[in-house]
Amino acid sequence: MSALDQMPAPGRPAMARALAGLMPRAEAVLIPAGALLAGFAIFSLFLGALGKSPAEFFGLVWKAGFSSAFSWQNTLSRVGPLALAALCVALPARLGLVVIGGEGAIVLGGLAAAVTGTVLAGLPGYPAMLLMAVAAMILGGLWIGAIGALRIRRGVNETIASLLMAYIAIALFNHFVEGPFRDPASLNKPSTAPLAETLRVGDMPFIATHWGVVAAALACLLCWVLIDRTTLGFAARIAGDNVRAAQVQGLPVARLVIGFTALGGAFAGLAGFYEVAAVHGSANASLIAGYGYTGILVAFLARHNPLAILPVAILLGGFEASSGLVQRRMDLPDATILVFEGIVFVIILLSEALYGRLRIFTPGYWEHR
Amino acid sequence: MSRALRTEAGAIGIETLGMTMRFGEFTALDDVSITVPAGSFHALLGENGAGKSTLVKCIMGFYRATAGELLVAGQEARMTDPRVAQALGLGMVYQHFTLVPSLTAAENLVISRADAPAVIDWRRERARLAAFMETMPFKVPLEQPVSRLAAGEKQKLEILKQLYLGNRFLILDEPTSVLTPDEADEVLGHVRGLTEAGEITVLMITHKFREVTAFADAVSILRRGRHVGGGKVGEISVEEMSRAMMGKAPEVSKRARAGTERREVMRLRGVRAQDRTGLKSIEIEDVALNSGEILGIAGISGNGQMELMEVLTGQRRTMGGEITVKGAPFGATRAEARTHRMRYLPEEPLRNACAPRMSVAENLAFRIFDEGRNGKPAFWKNDRAIARNATTLIEGFKVKTASPAARIASLSGGNVQRAVLGRELTGEVDALIVSNPCFGLDFAAVSTIRDRLMAARNAGTAILLISEDLDEIMELSDRILVMSEGQIAFETPVETADIGEIGRHMAGHGE
Repeated sequence: MSALDQMPAPGRPAMARALAGLMPRAEAVLIPAGALLAGFAIFSLFLGALGKSPAEFFGLVWKAGFSSAFSWQNTLSRVGPLALAALCVALPARLGLVVIGGEGAIVLGGLAAAVTGTVLAGLPGYPAMLLMAVAAMILGGLWIGAIGALRIRRGVNETIASLLMAYIAIALFNHFVEGPFRDPASLNKPSTAPLAETLRVGDMPFIATHWGVVAAALACLLCWVLIDRTTLGFAARIAGDNVRAAQVQGLPVARLVIGFTALGGAFAGLAGFYEVAAVHGSANASLIAGYGYTGILVAFLARHNPLAILPVAILLGGFEASSGLVQRRMDLPDATILVFEGIVFVIILLSEALYGRLRIFTPGYWEHR
Repeated sequence: MSRALRTEAGAIGIETLGMTMRFGEFTALDDVSITVPAGSFHALLGENGAGKSTLVKCIMGFYRATAGELLVAGQEARMTDPRVAQALGLGMVYQHFTLVPSLTAAENLVISRADAPAVIDWRRERARLAAFMETMPFKVPLEQPVSRLAAGEKQKLEILKQLYLGNRFLILDEPTSVLTPDEADEVLGHVRGLTEAGEITVLMITHKFREVTAFADAVSILRRGRHVGGGKVGEISVEEMSRAMMGKAPEVSKRARAGTERREVMRLRGVRAQDRTGLKSIEIEDVALNSGEILGIAGISGNGQMELMEVLTGQRRTMGGEITVKGAPFGATRAEARTHRMRYLPEEPLRNACAPRMSVAENLAFRIFDEGRNGKPAFWKNDRAIARNATTLIEGFKVKTASPAARIASLSGGNVQRAVLGRELTGEVDALIVSNPCFGLDFAAVSTIRDRLMAARNAGTAILLISEDLDEIMELSDRILVMSEGQIAFETPVETADIGEIGRHMAGHGE
């Protein structure tokens, strides 16, 4: 048999050829979507066991997350930090690193933004805000980049290191907010000095939510271009899939790992900047809201594809936005949403085993029909 | 016919009738009928990819034969599962050890039993083991961790394990490939003794004629999946065996060598590095690689070849010495490899040279994806160039793939190897570092890959060929180095190479 026999014949139905091109891409959408549905189903069983109605639950999620302008505002306010935190997982993941400590970079980024804002109080708004964002990104980048460096230079497990460093980051954050940078006026809730009005990030026109969503969308787009369109991203994908092959090709694996982890950390730091400059107005304990952890779920659901992160962040943002209403209406603890997220996460991890196993997603299956 | 189906002591005989195994369109085993009477020592001879492993995997129930029958002790046996083979008393000793290194020999034996209890009464087990060992013709220290045993002792322990498990028909898959010649003779001598005593029947996969003539009773020869000859040892000559094994004309004559000007391309001086265990080191005194030659590095597996490959590819840090390419120090970075047109073909390419979850087209682009217009690395990835490159290479190197977009892991071993070879041999190549390029490939794939290497050599490429297959080294090399205990122990041009001498140096018995 010659190589030509293996090529799709030109006369083959266009449908088969289209499917052959489409199905391998569809795998990345259909498997997580199926896993999500399976998660819904199992969570429904869980609700049923508690004697609650799954229909009511999903109805409330719809109502609180997506039904009105108000609920969209509530949802979108969570999309920015969720998507940026997800990038902090997805970028290292493309290099084969499971980094789960984005929370640390978020709180430190927020602290850096708040402190920079206090120091730069005299500067006009935009340059000062830019410097605050840059400070947040640098600190977040250094924090997560250090995890990549520990991995590549010293063989330290990045998952454990990132988790432990998140606790260290939160401890440092508390120390500085309650100590050196505490605003004496904040009595009940230790905070840094409130940012001047000129340094606050405002709301977007028409939608009552801040610019963080747009920044997150741009960050996702940028990451997609980086991974999918540049040679740097291609090299990173090789290293992520098989580091030995990357080394034999002479690719700079260490620099790629440190660069991608640092970039992920920088985006998590940027999430901290928006939380401080747009939402809280100062750095305080409200910043430790768990976006870094939900971001892990977002990234895994999105298969570490930056373009998929945004819609997934909107979906999970809606779920998180509904937790209050679910708690009040259904008399369920607010941790219910965490149970749901946990179930979905386990199923997503299980579904990883399906990739490449289902024949309908291989191009050959369609070309040779 | 007085063929014994079962000896008194317990050895059992087997017989295959028209055994056939197809993998898709590829026929790995074609109508093979062999008879191994009880208490005999039968050798199964053949090149890599001749179908030896497929045959024994069918016998052991790892594969279900497409057609054919298997008789065990005269009864038809349906090998649906490896457990069936075990229940019938069929056991296999693999090329590489399957012992737990940190456990003692005694512990290894006891845990290997399918009926090992959840709580082990060690005093009783020790007593039983001691009684068992009394009946054995050879001993192995039972109370030492296996990691401290020499290779020969480990192989003896593997055989003891099979006997301890009650298996009376043993398949030995190249049991001496990790042993020195002395160890091999000792182990095979014991195996021979056991067959003569009627304790076991042995089917041994090998490609060493010496082992066949010295130890086996009879031999069956496979070539390209077919049973092409065999008979009683003594009645069939080594020439007849090798002709049956290799086919009509020996491969060597087909690949013409063209003389080209020799220039030094690469030189290793005093290169030192730690080996994989961190306990030993490799030390390469002085090796020069010239253009237009194939420099073969022979050696028994685990004598530092893998580490040498890793040093050359920049995966392993050196502790001293220097590697120069065309006089300039070489650190195996991408830029250096590109400037000097150095390419690599590591062993098991899917594991060491491919990104298994990326597509065939993407894998084929590893060398070119960042090539910019004027020699500078490009920033934007050029998908069209990647697709063009894939089409050219898939056609040029006859890579059989359902589509360039298919994952490379979905290809057969030969096609992965051709794809990687195509990638590494495109454009001008000054030096190619190759390690075991034909491991586990079928006959046709082996042949094309060796042709390509020879063609590259004739075009002036310097090729360093690290291989554990001595026949491959003898066939392709211009000069042969022997690596033993992490050092180059011997050098000879191929014209005056003597297999016996090379073998002695491989085993570390040079002087």
